[in-house]
Amino acid sequence: MSSITTTPQPNEPNGKQSHITSYPKFIGRSLWLATEGSFAFYAWMTMLTALFLVGANAWANQVAGGMIATNMTDQVSWGLYIANFTFMVGLAAGGVMMVIPAYLYHDRKMHDVVIIGELLAIAAIVMCLMFVVADLGRPDRFWHMLPIVGKFNWPISMLTWDVIVLNGYLLLNLHICGYLLYMRFLGRKPNPTWYIPFVMLSIVWAISIHTVTAFLYCGLGGRPFWNTALLAPRFLASAFVSGPAFIIVSMVLIKRLTGVGGLDQPIATLTKIIRVTILINLLMVASELFTEFYTGGSHVSAAKYLFFGLHGKTALVPWTWTAIGLNVTAALLFLWPGLLRLRWRPLLVTACLMAFVGAWIEKGMGLIIPGFVPSTLHEIVEYVPSQLEWKVTVGIWAFGLMVFTVALKTALPTLKHPAEH
Amino acid sequence: MTTTENARKPSLPIVENFTRRAAVKGGFATLGAAAFVAAVSPLRQAAEDKSAAEFMQQHYTELSPQQKADVIARLEAEAKENYGADVTIADDRPIPGTKFVYAINLSVCNGNGKCVEACHKENNHDRDTNQSYIRVLEMPKGTMDMEKGNTTYTGAVPQDDKFYLPVQCQQCDEPPCVDVCPVKATWKEEDGIVVVDYNWCIGCRYCEAACPYHARRFNWKKPEVPADEVNPDQSYLSNRIRPVGVVEKCTYCLHRTRRGKLPACLEACPTGARVFGNILDKDSNIRWILENKRVYILKEELGTKPAFFYYFD
Ligand code: SF4
Ligand code: SF4
Repeated sequence: MSSITTTPQPNEPNGKQSHITSYPKFIGRSLWLATEGSFAFYAWMTMLTALFLVGANAWANQVAGGMIATNMTDQVSWGLYIANFTFMVGLAAGGVMMVIPAYLYHDRKMHDVVIIGELLAIAAIVMCLMFVVADLGRPDRFWHMLPIVGKFNWPISMLTWDVIVLNGYLLLNLHICGYLLYMRFLGRKPNPTWYIPFVMLSIVWAISIHTVTAFLYCGLGGRPFWNTALLAPRFLASAFVSGPAFIIVSMVLIKRLTGVGGLDQPIATLTKIIRVTILINLLMVASELFTEFYTGGSHVSAAKYLFFGLHGKTALVPWTWTAIGLNVTAALLFLWPGLLRLRWRPLLVTACLMAFVGAWIEKGMGLIIPGFVPSTLHEIVEYVPSQLEWKVTVGIWAFGLMVFTVALKTALPTLKHPAEH
Repeated sequence: MTTTENARKPSLPIVENFTRRAAVKGGFATLGAAAFVAAVSPLRQAAEDKSAAEFMQQHYTELSPQQKADVIARLEAEAKENYGADVTIADDRPIPGTKFVYAINLSVCNGNGKCVEACHKENNHDRDTNQSYIRVLEMPKGTMDMEKGNTTYTGAVPQDDKFYLPVQCQQCDEPPCVDVCPVKATWKEEDGIVVVDYNWCIGCRYCEAACPYHARRFNWKKPEVPADEVNPDQSYLSNRIRPVGVVEKCTYCLHRTRRGKLPACLEACPTGARVFGNILDKDSNIRWILENKRVYILKEELGTKPAFFYYFD
């Protein structure tokens, strides 16, 4: 990244080489190290590669044969891909929940591991971009979306805003992670002026990516289910559940597999964060449901479809109630003070997984699909993702996990011997 | 705090057996790359259907007259090659001083669906999916709540206790579909018609989500039209056969109306429920109707300002 190669003071004691040669060397070394590992690591990566290839093949077939291979229709014109996209934006934004305690509240312990959240954000944004490409009818025309060479409908279209903020967030996190790890590689103390302002910016930016993504939907007057001012805050609340939940599970695994120490306190901090956010999320869901059902009228039909089915069509009902069950159970578990005890770790992981899957359904199938059912002419056309859509989705998830695994491996030396920064 | 002494040593360990491991890793990387190429090989076939000229083509509004002529020649050749049909594709531009509006007399419409069929043929819609830009709702009398309507009614029409509400693109004056398009592939022309550059649309379908009238259609697959059924009178911005993966919509038959003819749905309507014309023309029939009938529009509360009106006698 150019912002890194322009780092000043190239003549410091051990800065004899220019960054132009040593940064690529750092990347090469990191990649080399990231592909070193135990048998289990290779098995994991091989499995992810295989899943990714299945997804790539399914996507290639979709491009060759047209999107008829998906189960989307003119009535339900977005499906599993955009559902996952929305959720992944949340995960990326949720990664910042590590940053806030670390830098805003000067939590020393968080400082050492804050990079995990940033690496998660990188992997999640990569997945977001892949889901958007998978959803395009004409991916060969993606360049039309680029500023200058294409035709950018800015500032009117919320989608162009989304492109900007997502790519900006990606660059921001690449810069922060790249800079910190690179300084570590050079054996230097990171210079705060080169990352603290970016870290602060990333907090604001994380909020912006999810807000803009919410505006994508809630700005559409013709879709009453989405057309609510509560959508953006709701997005953020559930993001601040799913992001920390994912990181907690990652940290438990890292501790197990690599012997990195000092993770228990960050895990406790994140658990305390989820205790609050999960309740805020449930509260907002409840107030939305109240306005929908108590008022009644035509606005309620999408919510009715979601919870109880409409005119005998019930495809989403099982999804919805699963999500509610998971979210409520997870919330109860998180409220229990004993959850933080070391011997209850498996229970904490379970609670995190429940909250994670619950948010995935709520933000995905539970949010995108009911926006389209009933359609604007009140037709009820149901949607269940096709096998091809599942394959592409799994492929993208596998790729994202690959990126995350490799990124974590790169950061492991730093995590094992946290330096002052 | 780590000592500076320690911190200065590069923290990544020097890997032993570098060459042997490099060879193994290189082998795996090659294998992975080969598997990836094999996995995405269907893309090659998709790429073969598309020419470099098509890939590089600029937005409609940025084409020079010469470029436009080249594009149109290429599209005509492609129609011949892919559909076996000789077609002419014109570049019909708005007539200055024209603003087209449409009106439907709901007292007269009897839901026979001839407009739907005419649209299907006129606009070279995919035969397989029986696509059309028009949907007719069968509605119980005494309500305008579309939720009570039914788009898939069958049997004899008209039913006594029902009325019929044809819905197509309302050519909104504040079109949400245009606002949301990330690449300006859709826009409103001076005569009020909202058009799509089918060679610029990226197929994100955001406009489909934004349109409150279900007026947009996506080409989920390559449209199928037998050679002898292709309507050869085409225009770049309207009824030419659309490529796969892009969105399309009603254009008030601009390849007809900009040449002084009436829309195909109006000509096909056996009851005379449909009225079309230039609202800027003081003597037009449509102007008289809008001035003298009790006219209303659909989903007025959304502020889309349709150029499509409904009235009862
Ligand atoms: S009816 Fe729909 S497609 Fe037509 S102009 Fe309005 S928003 Fe656009
Ligand atoms: S589908 Fe095409 S016309 Fe519609 S918003 Fe996307 S790019 Fe624009």
